[in-house]
Amino acid sequence: MAQGLLRFITAGSVDDGKSTLIGRLLYDSKTIFEDQLESIEQASTQRGTDGADLSLLTDGLRAEREQGITIDVAYRYFATPKRKFIIADAPGHIQYTRNMVTGASTADLAIILIDARAGLLEQTHRHSFIAHLLGIKHMVVCVNKMDLVDWDEARYNEIVDLYRSFSSRLDIPDIRFIPISALQGDNVVDRSERMAWYDGPTLLNHLEHVHVAADRNLQDCRFPVQYVVRPQTDAHRDFRGYAGRVAGGVFKVGDKVVALPSGLSSKVTSIAIGEKQVDMAFPPQSVVMTLADDIDLSRGDMLVRENNQPESVQDIDARICWLSEQPMRPGTRFELHHTSREAKAVVKEVVYKLDINTLHRVEDDLQIGMNDIARVRIRTAAPVLADDYRRNRATGSFILVDPGTRLTVAAGVIYA
Amino acid sequence: MSDYNLSHLDELEAEGMYVLREVAAQFERPAILFSGGKDSICVTHLARKAFAPARIPMPLVHIDTGHNFPETLQFRDDLVNELGVQLIVGSVQELIDRGEVTEEQGFNASRNRIQTPTLISTIEAHQFDACVGGARRDEEKARAKERFFSHRDDFSQWDPKNQRPELWDLYNGKCQPGEHFRVFPLNNWTELDIWNYILRENIAIPSLYFAHEREVIRRDGQILANSAYLNLRPDEQPEKLQVRFRTLGDLTITGAVESDADNLEKIVAEVAAARKTERGGRMDDKRSQSAMEDRKKEGYF
Repeated sequence: MAQGLLRFITAGSVDDGKSTLIGRLLYDSKTIFEDQLESIEQASTQRGTDGADLSLLTDGLRAEREQGITIDVAYRYFATPKRKFIIADAPGHIQYTRNMVTGASTADLAIILIDARAGLLEQTHRHSFIAHLLGIKHMVVCVNKMDLVDWDEARYNEIVDLYRSFSSRLDIPDIRFIPISALQGDNVVDRSERMAWYDGPTLLNHLEHVHVAADRNLQDCRFPVQYVVRPQTDAHRDFRGYAGRVAGGVFKVGDKVVALPSGLSSKVTSIAIGEKQVDMAFPPQSVVMTLADDIDLSRGDMLVRENNQPESVQDIDARICWLSEQPMRPGTRFELHHTSREAKAVVKEVVYKLDINTLHRVEDDLQIGMNDIARVRIRTAAPVLADDYRRNRATGSFILVDPGTRLTVAAGVIYA
Repeated sequence: MSDYNLSHLDELEAEGMYVLREVAAQFERPAILFSGGKDSICVTHLARKAFAPARIPMPLVHIDTGHNFPETLQFRDDLVNELGVQLIVGSVQELIDRGEVTEEQGFNASRNRIQTPTLISTIEAHQFDACVGGARRDEEKARAKERFFSHRDDFSQWDPKNQRPELWDLYNGKCQPGEHFRVFPLNNWTELDIWNYILRENIAIPSLYFAHEREVIRRDGQILANSAYLNLRPDEQPEKLQVRFRTLGDLTITGAVESDADNLEKIVAEVAAARKTERGGRMDDKRSQSAMEDRKKEGYF
């Protein structure tokens, strides 16, 4: 079988042992190279720390190394014969919520680290909630530093129970618990001999086998047109192909499709990846489709099936995370970017803000600043072809761009 | 269900093609930065697939240090002919001749650093609003935080502490006049992915990547190709070795490795077993812990 890809996020601070855990995964899978280790050892010596400080491997920017903190999402790569992994390594403090949201937006799985001595903390709730908000369906709760609680099964069970009762409020279908010691390597790559009472998989074993392909929406056909390919060469004088990435469902040659928003129908006559013709296309493939009829279709439009269409909406009920240092000014007209479509948009109402440590709704202070998560109602100038985010991440997500600064100021998920 | 599983190379390819199409759709004057190295060859291959059966709708831009391996230039010209795309060359030598930059002197002198002003002047002359490059996040730690659409101010500078958030695959290519983006479709690829992909797609690459006999000198643990552009110390003696290159920069900075990998299968096996990063052979990165970050801030590739 082909080696697949798993994208996962780790959130936390150095204290949780996050860097140690990542360092161990990279080290035990032989992804740290000699010259990297050499360069880290040299830098650690200069700084007067004992041994190789593995956080230097993950903290890539000068400012981060100087301050000893992680301020941005860093991406790490490692592979085993079974899978290739992309780690989005996000900082864990509340002032970096937006970074964790960014890292979580493309992740299939989240690792939550809990210090066995400390138990559930505010940040455990916060990280779990963000993972849930961003639609991550697989969670691995690593109860770390088991070496510091004498490998105690009772302590582990206590934390598992507490987490279960908390997470029943979140919509995460697959939650797995693993007792580990990232520092000593127990249950990370190799099975722990000191926790014989645990009979589940090691962390790496779980990451290698967790089934994520089924998370992709293969039911609702969605093909946002990204670009129109028109060669205008002698060999392809009349060729007109629609390039895009399948956002949902399975498209087959011969399928009847409807173009939105025009509502015109046609039939798929060919699907190609580069110069190779294929019979079908599914997420997340990038293909070019041709149609039997010459209909009006361009970037921002979407091909769907007649009996299964997204909602065409101008009033959007969404959760947003505010990303900008400038607080949201009421009445600002944003550009809303959704699939390959853009529309002018205005936030009509802030319904409530969330205290993401307690998950309580805040209704008396509706000022939205950086890192705030809020439920809002948005009105767009043109219809958006939207699905519920929980059903389809690609057609249920959007960003808001400030028309003046051109910066991305908010990220949103649609509740349809 | 297993019918709908993609290999990781398929997924990376789909992502790269998607990014390139976003570039063509969102920008007025995009370009592909082409060095003749394996990464920019992969970008070009992805572009060919992304826009087939049409030609790649953007020119290739080569920043020519004047210290090239002749093989690289020949390869570049052949590829441009085959693809039928426009080639734009930004010449470091011309900037030196016009007195706009000064060359480094000394034993380890290289034109690496003055590629940056040449690149910036080429971008300005052609008013490119997006330059697609082959950099990857796994190459170097400053690159681990790179975005797909990486914003550059009107001095071409990168501000790593103030990068735009980038979520899902919604890439915001909006900027102010004079600013531009660097775009990295291979962000999520590793060196091994590149080689596996070249093998799978049977992509042509310069002969320098394959093991061959070459006159080299050993310096500071590096093996450098001997050439007219290298200043030899009195004690340095050229010798002949069986080598290949893991990256291709210009002649003066690209370290070779001793190798007998003379075909793609052997290269994949060698890379998979390697214990040093590919940039371990790059003199330009060795100058300090932040060498790459500092160059990137100035506008380097």
